[in-house]
Amino acid sequence: MDKLQSQSGSQNPLNKEKIIVSAITIRFAGDSGDGMQLTGDQFTDTAAVMGNDFATLPDFPAEIRAPVGTLPGVSSFQIQFSESIIFTPGDYSDVLVAMNPAALKVNLTNVKKNGMIIVNESVFNEVNLKKAGWKVNPLLDGTLQNFQVLKVPLSELTQNSLKDLPLKLSEVERCKNFFALGIVFWLYSRTLDHTTTWIRNRFAKRPEIANANVVAMNAGYNYADITEILQTQYEIRKADLEPGVYRKITGNEAAAIGFIAAAQLAGKTLFYGSYPITPASNILHDLAKHKHFGVKTFQAEDEIAAVGSAIGASFGGELGITGTSGPGICLKSEAINLAVMAELPLIVIDVQRAGPSTGMPTKTEQTDLLQVMFGRNGESPIAIVAPKTPSDSFQMAIEAARLAITFMTPVVFLSEGNIANGAEPWKLPALEDLPKIAVKHAEPGATPFLPYERDPGTLARKWAIPGTKGLEHRIGGLSKADLTGNVSYDPENNQKMINLRAEKINRIANYIPEAVVEGPSTGKLLVLGWGGTYGAIYEAVRNLRAENKTVAHTHLNYLNPFPKNLGDILRRFESILIPELNMGQLLFLIRAKFPGVHTVGLNKVQGQPFRVAEVEEKIRLLL
Amino acid sequence: MSSEVKDFNHKVAPDWCPGCGDFGLLAGLKKALPSVSLETHDVMVVSGIGCSSNLPGFINTYGLHTLHGRSLPIAQGFKLANHKMTVVAVGGDGDGYGIGVGHLVHAMRRNIDMTYLVMNNSIYGLTTGQTSPTSGFQMKTKSTPFGNPELPLNPLTLALGSGCGFVARVYTGHVTQLIDIVQKAIKHPGFALIDTFSPCVTFNKINTHQYYKENVKDINKLGHNPSDLYAAFREATREDCITTGIFYQSDRPCYEASEEETLREPLFAHKLGISREEETALMAEFV
Repeated sequence: MDKLQSQSGSQNPLNKEKIIVSAITIRFAGDSGDGMQLTGDQFTDTAAVMGNDFATLPDFPAEIRAPVGTLPGVSSFQIQFSESIIFTPGDYSDVLVAMNPAALKVNLTNVKKNGMIIVNESVFNEVNLKKAGWKVNPLLDGTLQNFQVLKVPLSELTQNSLKDLPLKLSEVERCKNFFALGIVFWLYSRTLDHTTTWIRNRFAKRPEIANANVVAMNAGYNYADITEILQTQYEIRKADLEPGVYRKITGNEAAAIGFIAAAQLAGKTLFYGSYPITPASNILHDLAKHKHFGVKTFQAEDEIAAVGSAIGASFGGELGITGTSGPGICLKSEAINLAVMAELPLIVIDVQRAGPSTGMPTKTEQTDLLQVMFGRNGESPIAIVAPKTPSDSFQMAIEAARLAITFMTPVVFLSEGNIANGAEPWKLPALEDLPKIAVKHAEPGATPFLPYERDPGTLARKWAIPGTKGLEHRIGGLSKADLTGNVSYDPENNQKMINLRAEKINRIANYIPEAVVEGPSTGKLLVLGWGGTYGAIYEAVRNLRAENKTVAHTHLNYLNPFPKNLGDILRRFESILIPELNMGQLLFLIRAKFPGVHTVGLNKVQGQPFRVAEVEEKIRLLL
Repeated sequence: MSSEVKDFNHKVAPDWCPGCGDFGLLAGLKKALPSVSLETHDVMVVSGIGCSSNLPGFINTYGLHTLHGRSLPIAQGFKLANHKMTVVAVGGDGDGYGIGVGHLVHAMRRNIDMTYLVMNNSIYGLTTGQTSPTSGFQMKTKSTPFGNPELPLNPLTLALGSGCGFVARVYTGHVTQLIDIVQKAIKHPGFALIDTFSPCVTFNKINTHQYYKENVKDINKLGHNPSDLYAAFREATREDCITTGIFYQSDRPCYEASEEETLREPLFAHKLGISREEETALMAEFV
């Protein structure tokens, strides 16, 4: 944490010091039943209310309740909040809140040297220490000597604060995360108002529970205020964000409202066919809430039925969308190919998770790029777009819809677990700034309708709405005759139609923004990224440029086709560094498409995002 | 407006073998549609893959020839988007009872309003004669040269046990009965399954036209009460003859009935935009 200025706490009766710092990273960690995600969310909401910039990293097991006290059962939530613009949840935390020995064990390597560790001392007993694999109690030996350790008997203190309330012991125990949150709120001079209101609403039907949680949080706050161990309170000022109305948003939330907005911009209702899968499911939940706003959600019996229903809805005249993660893409591939042949608008959301196979469902990766690019039989090009931050999902959702409708093609919206669940502030856009999406419907005419007649510019066919007299037509997965769409085995026709569909996708490059170079437009090194690595690359390049190192950054939102100036950009640099959370998939495409360009990969498949320092280190090696 | 059978003729001629049972079904369907006052643009025919699934190419309506086993998910998504259309899904026994049977079970319990015609020939025809989910026990086919070791699936009891609200079976050579059942299925407000015996003249020498002509009995003519579920199970499992007719029809509400608000107009044509009050409420919840 950067110490900007300090002042003695003149309004503070215990004369505690108050220090203003520019940015702080906190990690809350506990059992999956300890409410760490909720605690982190509340801290995040408060950061939003107080006008900080922030980025979050929820990191939780796939099991709803892994065995209590064990290492695999640890759930954590990291947030960086700041008075300046940031894009990552922070490499290492200034503060770790560890609710049990397992949480300490799993997260200790994530804490900065001299950072603070707040532990629930109450549960550091022999059984829990053994479950977590501590041979000796780390609170008693020298394990934590490089940290400021705040040992808090959270369970006892929480019980004590709630002893006058008519609650069962198990209910009291569940309030201890709010006691811990109260301590952290005090430490960073946060208001309790937002969380107090949230608790009261959340437990409106059980006021005694609401009351207990509020009491526990206040008790934690007061404990921190009076304990002699904590002599310093910190403050993080408001970030200098552009004026406007902001809210906290996750990538999946932004995608959901982005697609609703896109449908409205196109004058189309939205059909979402989906099957539950981590980490895409909450897009279904969010959309299901909005059925009164031109949204129909359909929970299908499986992944294939989900994409099938979306294709059927698109043929029927709605904007058909399906959402899943990598394993679901495997199942949907045949149907996506049908939409390629039938040339219907279809959006396929792929929230990538760690694979292969079932992999690590709640962990992030970027390993589906080549799958969505090539994973279908035959010559089957489709468009691919990828958001780079949680809030960017809104904009890229609209772009996915624009391309699907304009070009009558499947478009993959390639998100990532980290983008999906991570949150950041989002400035609400002005509706009038969002461009309308033009839809070209077929109209019945004097001559028979030709479903595969194409727009000379985009090469897209027209969308015919069934029910219209005179537009009766039959299409499907068998090779299509040019113009009529009748089944055709004509060799020349097949070649022509495949060429046309490829050219249609290529022409998308004329309808998307060119790639932008941040930094020098030519030189020794360009860092080329895509999707959710944006934050880490952005901050690494910014840090190095602050040291007067010469390095540039280009980030791709459009992966197929590439922006048409990408080749020109790449050829202006001696080397291209491509950091990816896979083993080199964009690198593979770049080498194939732009031979002669010198590329170097930075690759990681650990289910975790890049740390800024990892990217920095690699850049230093190459400069 | 009224339409005639010839309006439903399409200039692409069927590519089925001469004598294929599917001709009877196509002819019956083309007669049934205008007889219930449907015009060509009112009808959507969706199919899977197989000989019988080529049918949408031979009838002048809206049509989508989809993937093996996937006609029903696509038909259901279509129907929800554009529910004023009459949706007819077609396919074979491999398509509907083999690779696509999972979708069939869910379509039947879900009960979206459509008619599903299965041209059941107890063989895989387009792939030149392998055993199918409805091939008889011990039947010799290319893939079971020593006899089929599996028991055939009974589509009727599967349907009755899955909550299907309209369960029927007919031999496609009995066109009058076929038209009558198709008419009733289209009018039935929910998912209707019609299993049709549609003989494959090339690869199945057991389940032939002759075989069905000699063995089928119309249970509706024998006094079966289609509202009696247990009687339906009994008729569907009779071994003394091959039963046809409407086995079961219930008045359970279709899926769309639970969505009256969203389905008042076809979804694709819903009015978009929100009122000032809705906007205020949304923003209060949102920010």
